[in-house]
Amino acid sequence: MAPLLEVRDLRVEFPTRRGVLTALDGVSFSIAPGEVLGVVGESGAGKSMTGAAIIGLLEPPGRIAGGQILLNGKRIDNLRYEQMRRIRGREIGAIFQDPLTTLNPLYTVGEQLVETIQTHLGLDGAEARKRAIGWLEMVGIPAAAQRVDSYPHEFSGGMRQRVVIALALCAEPKLIVADEPTTALDVSIQAQVIALLKGLARDKGTSMMLVTHDMGVIAETADRVAVMYAGRIAETGPVREVVKHPKHPYSAGLMASIPPLDRKVEHLAQIDGAMPRLSAIPRGCAFNPRCPEVFARCLVERPVLLATGATEAACWLYDAASEKHAPEAMPHG
Amino acid sequence: MLAFIISRILQALPVMAVVALISFAMFAYVGDPVAIMLGQDFTEQQRQALVASLGLDQPFFVQFAKFIWNALQGEFGLSYRLSRPVAGLIQERAPATLELALCAALVSLCIGVPMGVYTGLYRNSWLSRFFLTFSLIGVSLPTFLIGILLILVFSVWLGWLPSFGRGDTVQIGWWSTGLLTVSGLKALVLPSVTLGMFQLTLIMRLVRAEMLEVLRTDYIKFARARGLGNRAINFGHALKNTLVPVITVAGLQLGGIIAFAIVTETVFQWPGMGLLFIQSVNSADIPVMAAYLMLIALVFVTINLVVDLLYYAVDPRLRVGGAKRGH
Repeated sequence: MAPLLEVRDLRVEFPTRRGVLTALDGVSFSIAPGEVLGVVGESGAGKSMTGAAIIGLLEPPGRIAGGQILLNGKRIDNLRYEQMRRIRGREIGAIFQDPLTTLNPLYTVGEQLVETIQTHLGLDGAEARKRAIGWLEMVGIPAAAQRVDSYPHEFSGGMRQRVVIALALCAEPKLIVADEPTTALDVSIQAQVIALLKGLARDKGTSMMLVTHDMGVIAETADRVAVMYAGRIAETGPVREVVKHPKHPYSAGLMASIPPLDRKVEHLAQIDGAMPRLSAIPRGCAFNPRCPEVFARCLVERPVLLATGATEAACWLYDAASEKHAPEAMPHG
Repeated sequence: MLAFIISRILQALPVMAVVALISFAMFAYVGDPVAIMLGQDFTEQQRQALVASLGLDQPFFVQFAKFIWNALQGEFGLSYRLSRPVAGLIQERAPATLELALCAALVSLCIGVPMGVYTGLYRNSWLSRFFLTFSLIGVSLPTFLIGILLILVFSVWLGWLPSFGRGDTVQIGWWSTGLLTVSGLKALVLPSVTLGMFQLTLIMRLVRAEMLEVLRTDYIKFARARGLGNRAINFGHALKNTLVPVITVAGLQLGGIIAFAIVTETVFQWPGMGLLFIQSVNSADIPVMAAYLMLIALVFVTINLVVDLLYYAVDPRLRVGGAKRGH
């Protein structure tokens, strides 16, 4: 099936006084219709920025410096603001992290829904309001017909995130970019919201790019996963494969750091060191200072995504031309 | 809502009482009205008769109660200087000051808010930089200097606008208005601009700062992510969220404009309350000063009440739980 979204070799730069910082470099992936792609990584790995680039809302002075973003085979990264505005909400919906700050406090949730619906679907007020109530019901707001006239502050955090989901979906976009949609919620609410999101996406056939650092959420929701590190994709593949048999030493470390529930551990596994700052990304593989498997080639040559069985990993361990050692030397974990 | 208004009025009563006390204290402690009214040449009988007729021989609290009682009926006694009822004097002068203040407030809001929005949205454009530089001048130049410069340019050099007075006025009941005649409107321009200049720059800078703040918020980003149009985002979502602080400041500024129109009225010889007040201060005309003080206090209290009601209208979060303080 032709991909709904295709990101090719995306490069995002931030010009600063001290020179140009490269926040995303060579990021490529695609999302098929109806597919859920999980994007994981540490804070600052570029997950959210990838989402922002796709919806065309990079924070200035950030800019797309290279590569392409295609929606249904058409480039959307070079559109003018007004053309892109029509795509936002209508073709690509977005869900943000903190439902407490995502809704405008001065308008009722109904007003905000009606405004969005009317902007994109051109319905009259009464019809738009009917739809707004319908969406509130769909996202599980009790007594939606009354609650439609409530202000955001009259809802709890979990309920507000449901409203945000309704707002993201109400013009029926083909793709949802969900940026840490459950991070700000209580743990008990997280599962509900994820289940709701997953269910709605499945029912409507909506694709989703789910940005999170919660591997549990990814394992439960995503079809495929992309692991990001320092603005690059380290590994991508079907979610089961990446979780059970991570190939890239970084993904392996990430999976190993999930504490097991079934046995006691003395120490939680961790990856030593910290992700490099954007201004100090090392030559070669960005992970080389922390990598337990590092060898000469990693220090000079930047790895590309290489097919390794079911997944693709940007690691020289999986290149036959690498001289050091064979791929069966699996990282610890 | 009604409970809120009543509670606010109840809160305002002590404020007014304190102001009344201060105004009244002037009679006792600032100068000797009897000596002023009698002049150089008088007998002891004349003096005592005057003291008795003014009620100055009675105890302090009786005098104060009388003062309050009269004030409630709009009765502030006779002006020492003009020997006319103070209430009448103020009634004559108030329309001039109020019209001037409202025009100045309109000028500052109608120009200051759009300039603030513009400089907030396009903060790096050359026009924004020009506005900001200009506003710095507006903030730092004293009012009288702006007034004199405007007179120099528009009255002396260009001869377009009158340099003093109110022009022709039309009487509507007891209210004399300059808004209905051409010369009255022309006379309003320079004083309004002079008086509104400081407020204009203040409001512009405030709106700009608030816009910059609001445009960074998540709900504005989310509004963009929902694909709303620029106008809906900038005015419907962003500007509305800047209004609470803008209303606060604009309200207090309006009070300030009315109360401190003195300088502008002096520069333009505007026949308003400020000019009356200055002349009264010069001749220790305490009844006029006391009445003016009370009137200004009333203006501030009223404006604060209106501001609180506007908060209610703008921000739904303040409506929960009845009479929550709007600050």
